[in-house]
Amino acid sequence: MSFWNEKYECMSREEMRKVQSERLIKTVSRVYNNVPAYREKMDKKGILPGDIKSVDDLKHLPFTYKQDLRDTYPFGLFACPMSEIVRVHASSGTTGKKTVVGYTKEDLEVWSEVIARTFTGAGLTKESFLQVSYGYGLFTGGLGAHYGGEKVGATVIPTSSGNTKLQLSLMQDFGTTHIACTPSYALYLAEEMEELGIKRSDLKLQAGIFGAEPWSENMRREIEERLKIKAIDIYGLSEVIGPGVACECELQNGMHIPEDHFIPEIIDPETEEILPEGSKGEIVFTTITKEGLPLIRYRTKDLSSLNYERCECGRTEVRMSKVTGRTDDMLIIRGVNVFPSQVESVLLSIGETAPHYMLIVDRKDNLDTLEIQVELSPRLFSDEVKKLEDIERKITKEVQSTLGIGAKVKLVEPKSIQRSEGKAKRVIDKRVY
Amino acid sequence: MLVQQISVFLENKSGRLAEVTKTLAENNIDICALSIADTTDFGILRLIVNKPKEAEAALSKNEFTVSCTDVIAIAVEDKPGGLARALEVLQNNSISIEYMYAFVGKFGNEAFVIIRAENPEAALETIKSCDIKIVPSDKIYCK
Repeated sequence: MSFWNEKYECMSREEMRKVQSERLIKTVSRVYNNVPAYREKMDKKGILPGDIKSVDDLKHLPFTYKQDLRDTYPFGLFACPMSEIVRVHASSGTTGKKTVVGYTKEDLEVWSEVIARTFTGAGLTKESFLQVSYGYGLFTGGLGAHYGGEKVGATVIPTSSGNTKLQLSLMQDFGTTHIACTPSYALYLAEEMEELGIKRSDLKLQAGIFGAEPWSENMRREIEERLKIKAIDIYGLSEVIGPGVACECELQNGMHIPEDHFIPEIIDPETEEILPEGSKGEIVFTTITKEGLPLIRYRTKDLSSLNYERCECGRTEVRMSKVTGRTDDMLIIRGVNVFPSQVESVLLSIGETAPHYMLIVDRKDNLDTLEIQVELSPRLFSDEVKKLEDIERKITKEVQSTLGIGAKVKLVEPKSIQRSEGKAKRVIDKRVY
Repeated sequence: MLVQQISVFLENKSGRLAEVTKTLAENNIDICALSIADTTDFGILRLIVNKPKEAEAALSKNEFTVSCTDVIAIAVEDKPGGLARALEVLQNNSISIEYMYAFVGKFGNEAFVIIRAENPEAALETIKSCDIKIVPSDKIYCK
């Protein structure tokens, strides 16, 4: 077993608590003094930075929600002057507004550090060739993996997403040993290899670090069998830092969290009470080293559980289980976060009245597909085919620009979409995890 | 002089067309002409019926998406070149046709054609001034 930073990865629980307490105290004082929104929240609860004396006091602090980021769009939660911010990333938002995250130089260091740890755990060394097939750009996946790979000293091949033929030819020519991409793209690569007659022996691939979308143990087995590699699960969300918030070691038995940077808690999403160790609930993160956008008890809405037992790999870091669901209706389609309400606002902008619609998510040839069925309102109906096709095209285009993913739009007859009592059912997810 | 056409939105799934015709039958509505435009996902059924308003109401009540459009019915000579001559006149007068279809019925030695023009009112005025016979709606609806 090799470690990137043995001191922290294998630190005793007692020492880790000391490190966390020190860093938490600093972070709380930083946000209280620099971010009006945090100060307001803490004042409302009657908590002063001085009241936080150790990690045990974490539970007294107020939660932070995605909505807080939207309310202070774009930079309102940043805890340092913009002159210190050297990078921003953003993810899609419900009403066209994105969730913006900012990094100082030191934050990029932290990010590279946590990814270097995870990649090392997955067997990456300076001799390795890492192909980064996550999208580069506002999405954190590409650049996050890139900097982590460079930090380890591996040879990074920044192919970004798409262009599968090129990906495969570089993989053969350069001798790629590791790949970072979504698990569904890994299976797609396996299929393309068969199609193009590329043999496994033509590749030097050893392991893949897969994330940005939910996947099952079955899918892991399929990837490992077809590509003959080790498939490692990585977790992250841009608000906390991006990929690297947690990642499996070679033993593939839960994702280690670099706790000297992020403190996890599992809560009951309804009562907001902290749940006993091992219980399943919403995972909440507090960042304790970030300068640009520190987050206090950030509600991820992801369901998981924590295991504090020492891992056989030697790491003492807590392990989180695979995310088994969400507390809200967010979907992850081809690695992109999609809320049904985003589709609704697109439809509202085109049709004016409350639309009836259904999102059908499926996986064909290992790629997620999204079909949007929309009931055609009498007001939009025309006797001309081209006008109806124009409506479909317009919705497709708006969805593409709002959500950043392609969708197939299908107009359907009124009342053909099932009505439900109470909360409307907007999604049929046919994917099997 | 304009004829009222009923258009119905139909998803491409079995039985929908039968349901439209059943609804019309139950309301004692006679279909004089019909045409279907189809794409992979949906179709638009266009109908000329004897009682357009009643047909529209009956179909809406049965939750079909319906609209009523003005179209023009013309009569052309039922011999080779009959339609060609009429269309040439329309082209020369810059009347663009969105779509058209032939009528089942016949009137003497003339065949009927239904035309959906971009701007029905203007097209009607132009056609009136040309040597093309327009069939009035009462003749179409009653047959």
